[in-house]
Amino acid sequence: MDMDGASVNGSPAGMDRKRWTYLDRILNRPGPFTDEEWVPGEPNIESLERMKILGAGGLGCEILKNLALSGFKDIHVIDMDTIDVSNLNRQFLFRQADVGRPKAEVAAQFVEKRVRGVKITPFCGKIQDKDEDYYMQFGMVICGLDSIEARRWINATLVGMVDNDDADTLKPLIDGGTEGFKGQARVILPTMTSCIECQLDMHAPRAAVPLCTLATIPRQPQHCIEWAHIIAWEEERKGNDTLDTDDPEHITWLYQKALARANEFNIPGVTYSMTQGVVKNIIPAIASTNAIVAAACCNEAFKIVTSTNPPLGFPGTNNYMMYTGDDSVYTYTFEHSKKDDCPVCGNLAKNLEVDPNTTLEDFIASLAEKPEAQLKKPTLRTEEKSLYYQSPPSLEEQTRPNLKKKLSELVSDGEQIAVSDPAFQITFKFKLVFKK
Amino acid sequence: MEEPLTETTPPILQDDEKKRKKYDRQLRLWAASGQQALEEAHVLLINSGPGVVGVETLKNLVLPGIGQFTILDSAEVTEADLGVNFFLEPDDVGKFRAERTCALLEELNPDVQGHYNTEPVEYFLTQSSDTHSLRPFTHILVTAPIVPELLADILTHCRATSKPLFYIHCVGFYSVFSVQLPSAFPIVDTHPDPTATTDLRLLTPWPALSALVEEKTRDLDSMNAHEHGHVPYVLIILHFLEVWKQTHDGQVPSNYREKSDFKELVRKGMRINNPEGGEENFEEAIAAVLKSLNPSTPSSAVKEVFDAEECKNLTHDSPHFWVIAHAVSDFYKAHNALPLPGSIPDMKAQSADYIQLQNVYKTKAREDVAEVTLTVRELAKQHGHLAQVDEKEIEAFCKNAAHIKLVRGRPINPAFPGQKLKWGQRAKAAVSALTNPDSLILIHIAFLAFDEFCASHDADALASAPRAPGSQDSEVEFDAEKMTGIANTIIDNLINEAGTRIEEPDYSDIGARVANYVQDIVRAGGGELHNIAALTGGMVAQEVIKVVTKQYVPVDNTCVFDGVGSRTEVLRLGADVSV
Ligand SMILES: [Zn+2]
Repeated sequence: MDMDGASVNGSPAGMDRKRWTYLDRILNRPGPFTDEEWVPGEPNIESLERMKILGAGGLGCEILKNLALSGFKDIHVIDMDTIDVSNLNRQFLFRQADVGRPKAEVAAQFVEKRVRGVKITPFCGKIQDKDEDYYMQFGMVICGLDSIEARRWINATLVGMVDNDDADTLKPLIDGGTEGFKGQARVILPTMTSCIECQLDMHAPRAAVPLCTLATIPRQPQHCIEWAHIIAWEEERKGNDTLDTDDPEHITWLYQKALARANEFNIPGVTYSMTQGVVKNIIPAIASTNAIVAAACCNEAFKIVTSTNPPLGFPGTNNYMMYTGDDSVYTYTFEHSKKDDCPVCGNLAKNLEVDPNTTLEDFIASLAEKPEAQLKKPTLRTEEKSLYYQSPPSLEEQTRPNLKKKLSELVSDGEQIAVSDPAFQITFKFKLVFKK
Repeated sequence: MEEPLTETTPPILQDDEKKRKKYDRQLRLWAASGQQALEEAHVLLINSGPGVVGVETLKNLVLPGIGQFTILDSAEVTEADLGVNFFLEPDDVGKFRAERTCALLEELNPDVQGHYNTEPVEYFLTQSSDTHSLRPFTHILVTAPIVPELLADILTHCRATSKPLFYIHCVGFYSVFSVQLPSAFPIVDTHPDPTATTDLRLLTPWPALSALVEEKTRDLDSMNAHEHGHVPYVLIILHFLEVWKQTHDGQVPSNYREKSDFKELVRKGMRINNPEGGEENFEEAIAAVLKSLNPSTPSSAVKEVFDAEECKNLTHDSPHFWVIAHAVSDFYKAHNALPLPGSIPDMKAQSADYIQLQNVYKTKAREDVAEVTLTVRELAKQHGHLAQVDEKEIEAFCKNAAHIKLVRGRPINPAFPGQKLKWGQRAKAAVSALTNPDSLILIHIAFLAFDEFCASHDADALASAPRAPGSQDSEVEFDAEKMTGIANTIIDNLINEAGTRIEEPDYSDIGARVANYVQDIVRAGGGELHNIAALTGGMVAQEVIKVVTKQYVPVDNTCVFDGVGSRTEVLRLGADVSV
């Protein structure tokens, strides 16, 4: 395919390289750590320009800028969000006047204008809107997604696409994420090295506050806010309105409900800002951390494509970098090992220790919180029978009586169950081992 | 209801609603006080070389709303700049780089004022005779390469005026930055890890707390299941400590074995004849025994503050921090404990009991603050202190007393060609890093050699700009050899200064490793890779924010980044303070 990007300023690709003086030194000169077989010069420029690369998620601004200035020419960006005023403290391609417009489109236009010769193709939508055919066209995917569900989805998709007889089906996945002064960058070679599902325990979900605490014995301002969010809204407004956490009227209502409850129990500390934070599960985010993590990801992409230095992520080498900046600067770069019982890239069922006296209902609830599962709407079956189906309604009704049964009545010790969840396209295999 | 104690970082709910919305995600990290400090700062960037890392740093400061920035850079935009600097446009070639980058950075945030100056550094520094030209700025960023004499001037000025300075290198896949902080840089709001144990004083309860224990656990045995299962664990532990003391000569459990026995004692108090087979509050108590039954001795960081000359010998113009530190140190001497922080973790309890317990802690904390405040006022009178120390400041100090930190800024040593670098007290530590194969100190040394090389090679006959090694294709190998020679001399001098020897094969191994780093740096010819500049600009901006807001803990004092292994190392280096 011809790239029209390179001819914007009137010269064919590879000819006018004055702009890339600094980059070309690295592309043209071997270094002490480059492979002996490495060929300097033209092939590296070609690899960069040929590589069709996809960027996704909240780190998109940084990723697009970095890729464009790393010499990539065919960049795609996927983002479902529109620009919010609270993005402006870090997402530097957006201005006050852009608030409300789709992020992917505004970002693509800006970078195309600033860095001449790069082609950026935006898609405004969810990553889950696209299928394997779409992802198959790229050579590599970099994502800075803000939800673990989206990460797991793209991970499972890319792992599922690998055909061992066709090397082009293996798309390196580079993932970055931040929280406050901390972040992480990791490189995944689907099916070859530890995947996001293998590393799920690095993202343990926060323990939920028991419902009875919210309902009867709140002690913290957050308990009052969660009560307003989960209980009061359901009781008083659910019939008429669906809660929209971006609607200031809704947040104000929750805030006032929470405040009244806090006053009733003499609990200090409920604020509007805290209400917003709890209800929207806001994670603090700053420009500098995004810059660090996105650049760490793009640096790996650049090294993988050009072989100008060894990248993270090859089997047997480090593939994960953790960055902590709140107490001095500390990085921990290590190899996260692939797990044989990974439900996505392994072939063994994962052992799950369970109490045989637990009801199926409680077991299902626990699947949402277990760091190694984190499944919110699971459907469960064994080889022989259906344990519980979330849908269709007829099957749900049929399997509902099982919810009250104990696990020991439904499965035998060591039996394998298959769990699927509408958020994921794969089936998770667990082996239920009874606690003694 | 009583007024709650203010948090260390007071929550923001103030004037400008629009600003609050825009900065929401960062105010959750550094609050209104941090934001205000940012808005009062004026950062100067003395830019050179390809000039990307400095501009990327500024980008990460403009976005969160730094007050003002100034770019000092006499370079004109070249084609090569366009391939690496995002804050330039294709039509800018030939214009002043400072002017254009300033304009495009300013676009990012209308709250920020940008300025630029296109004078050469040497002219800028010498143009005014009585007032130093660096005076208007609160924080200085300098990017390499820069003539060492000029760097030395800037460093001296910053040292003399206690102005934080950041000296940054970024070439190819590597970067290093050093932070020169004032000789005393105290931090109250260090934002300790939320999982760090709060000081509950379980071994030394005060009368009001003991009274509450007595009141709430008196009828432990006759309580109904609901009440028994909701006694707060703090009270459970305190209750059973009294039980324990009766059979242990009034002593509390002090070692691991005794604590394990104590755990058993608590476990026996738990009711298990219920459907759950236990009680959550008792489980919480058992889990807390090992980490909560420790005498509350202050950390070495706190002792360092108490032992500091500035703390012991107050003067009429001692900064508030030291006056409060002195008062808190007096408090510690009198009570053998720091002021109580006053917060308690969440725990299984009835709402009213929990709030009552919380108030007992808060009341005690408030009393401690009052006592410290009294001392502060007396000290101020004694030493003729003019400025009144704000009560909020004293409260914040007391609340975080266990986590305060003092960073002793050490001067950055510029590398002059042909002169021995002085490692001083840090020589021994630096030498041991040399032989550690995981240490990145050799990258730092390669950059010292880079500075020496630049200082002794001019880009043109006018001697107006230094020439970076590897900038000509034909001289890459020659430059690498020369720079490796410089690096080896630096290493030899360091080993000599430390008064030690490194035996073979370690010595040769160090030589081979530093030669690799030098070669990979020379390969870039002084050029920046955008990713490495962006990443380093992110790290430096984090540090600037920490130093400006005096929150969190800054790098002390040199941070190395290796873009091949994707990892960092912080080295404590810098010259001794001359008396
Ligand atoms: Zn896996």
